[in-house]
Amino acid sequence: MRERRLGEMSPLTKLVVYTLLIGWSLVVLFPLYWVVITSVKLPGQVGDGPDYLPFIDFMPSLHAWRYIFVDLGSDTFRPYLNSLIIASTSTVLAMSVGACAAYALARLHFRPRLLSIVLFLVALGIGVWMIGSGLVGWPIAAASGLAIFVISVLALSRVRSPRLGNADILFWVISQRILPPVVAALPIYIMFQQIGILDTHLAIILTYTTVNMPIVVWLMYDFFASIPIDIEESAELDGASRFRIFREMVLPLAKPGLAATSLLVLILSWNEYLLALFLSTAKAQTIPLLVAAQNATRGPQWWYMSVLIVIMIVPVVLLTILLQRLIAKGLLLGAVKG
Amino acid sequence: MTVSERFDGFLDRNAGRLFILPAVLLILAFSLFPLIISAWLAVSRFKIGRDGFTLTYIGELNFKKLFTGSQQFHFLGTFSSITLTGWLILLVTALLIGAGIRQWLRSGRLTVLGGIGRLIAFGTLAALAWVFASTLQDGRLGSLSTTLFYVVVGVSLQFVIGTGLAFLCAQDIRGRSFFRLVFFIPLMVTPVGIAYTFRMLADMSLGPFSPLWKAAGFGDFSWAADPWTARLVIVVGDSWQWIPFIFIIMLAAFESQPRDEIEAAELDGAGPWRVFRDITWPSVAPVAATVVLIRVIEAFKIVDLPNVLTNGGPGIATESLTLHAFIEWRALNLGGSAAVAYTLLFVSTVVCVAFFQLVVRPMRQARGQA
Repeated sequence: MRERRLGEMSPLTKLVVYTLLIGWSLVVLFPLYWVVITSVKLPGQVGDGPDYLPFIDFMPSLHAWRYIFVDLGSDTFRPYLNSLIIASTSTVLAMSVGACAAYALARLHFRPRLLSIVLFLVALGIGVWMIGSGLVGWPIAAASGLAIFVISVLALSRVRSPRLGNADILFWVISQRILPPVVAALPIYIMFQQIGILDTHLAIILTYTTVNMPIVVWLMYDFFASIPIDIEESAELDGASRFRIFREMVLPLAKPGLAATSLLVLILSWNEYLLALFLSTAKAQTIPLLVAAQNATRGPQWWYMSVLIVIMIVPVVLLTILLQRLIAKGLLLGAVKG
Repeated sequence: MTVSERFDGFLDRNAGRLFILPAVLLILAFSLFPLIISAWLAVSRFKIGRDGFTLTYIGELNFKKLFTGSQQFHFLGTFSSITLTGWLILLVTALLIGAGIRQWLRSGRLTVLGGIGRLIAFGTLAALAWVFASTLQDGRLGSLSTTLFYVVVGVSLQFVIGTGLAFLCAQDIRGRSFFRLVFFIPLMVTPVGIAYTFRMLADMSLGPFSPLWKAAGFGDFSWAADPWTARLVIVVGDSWQWIPFIFIIMLAAFESQPRDEIEAAELDGAGPWRVFRDITWPSVAPVAATVVLIRVIEAFKIVDLPNVLTNGGPGIATESLTLHAFIEWRALNLGGSAAVAYTLLFVSTVVCVAFFQLVVRPMRQARGQA
């Protein structure tokens, strides 16, 4: 049927459509082209004004590439490795935690008591006050806050209280995404400083996992909800445990969604800048920070920056081309159902 | 019963809780707990002493400084008489609020909670519009209004172009998978990289377009020295990155529209414009609203681009709220930084929740998918 509509598109319309699409491709590709050719220009060539075509307008040189890979050497590879470790670990963590929560919210029923939540917040407030007033250290404050919570919940367990449902929990988790990172960044910085894990992989991994997990829950919830429930029910009748059902039946069915969501989360944590700036100084520095660091006292070193931007983009683009089919199936289903 | 069997039984009975526990713990530890600490910081003065730091409770002083005190020009902007554009913005806001109230009165479900929610939402909207309109003269917006500018102008631009491209790509054309892949690429580039790339491209004397600028007589004009062009360059860079996001999701929406309805309408002799208005648009509207909501949520957090492209300048003209908070943090004014961050949290929460309740939800319910 679609071929018929193609025939109906007049040649003029077709021309306009192709012009617009090719025009936008140029808008997308030209900045990338400029980065690539800047990476093979000499500083003097950049300073002389625009040169467009290598070998015709200017002689390309690999000096910037040599500087980044040979002269800087380990100073390039360390942040690169840091970024690889942090992005992949936090993606795996966010996916496991988020997918479990999304599955539970899509399939099981939760009815938490509103009263327990209020009590929890009160206990948390008391704990924070104890730390803030400088009376006790954080381990004692945390322990006493927890004790207050447990005791009061047990004491008030017979009091009637309204209950929340799955939709409320889902909304709460997803709404975490609204939280601007800068609100949480300060206290997380202080918190990590107190327990002494500032400027380590662990600190950044934990933060990225928390920041990206709501996206996983949001996308995977729709995905799990769209899987027919009958198979799971019959498996449950056969006596399979929840964990087995999840691992052996649900996860394989959700592969496209898992692949697309993890690609998105991977890109987000690979490119993240602000939180890394807060949480790392030297050892755990990530590659976006290294890009920004090329804006040195001598002015921006465009050629070095361009090399770094190129080596940052290439792996992600390759991965996306590899996973393209899965993305088309996966990310879109969840998002379109919204 | 052995120990391991008992343990299995315990696991199975509490499967649901165990599934959801890690997520809840993560949010509590790295989201809710920091939020409370941040509230504490926002009402304190932070001082570094000889042995560590001290926090002194100073109440609402941090906020007072931002709203009426010495930092007002930085946060809200410099107030002056309202320009013609300012009046237009106020008029549009008033019309929007009027439409919202009318829709509510007509819905026939006038609950107290709905009334309070709308009061907060419309009140915040009116206040934001007023601040924006009355600091507009000479472009002396504060970081609050600059952020709003990025959100409103940026997201509108991205939505129009992204949806347009998606609509074109959903037609029967050759090379669709090529365009789809190419259009997706900017989303994968780190925002810091985009910022530097656009600094190179926008350079008036050394960038690739400099011959064009010279030919047009703008040779010695500097976009970075004028508040509005500087803001515009940031919006362009941000849009270059985020149009792909709207494109890819709207493309999926266009591709899943009801094919048989369109064919039936075409057989009845409906023109392409009527088909788009009556069938295509209503079927993609809920997705469109959702995608705009996601973009608005993310757009409020913009920081990398202004930080790198213009360093917040000229003056404070391109500072977003996040960048403002970051600069205060760098100056070790932790209380002021937390106060800015908290205001950002309040504004973005009100705007996003209001948008969800008043726009996204009614649209989804209209399509029967609550």
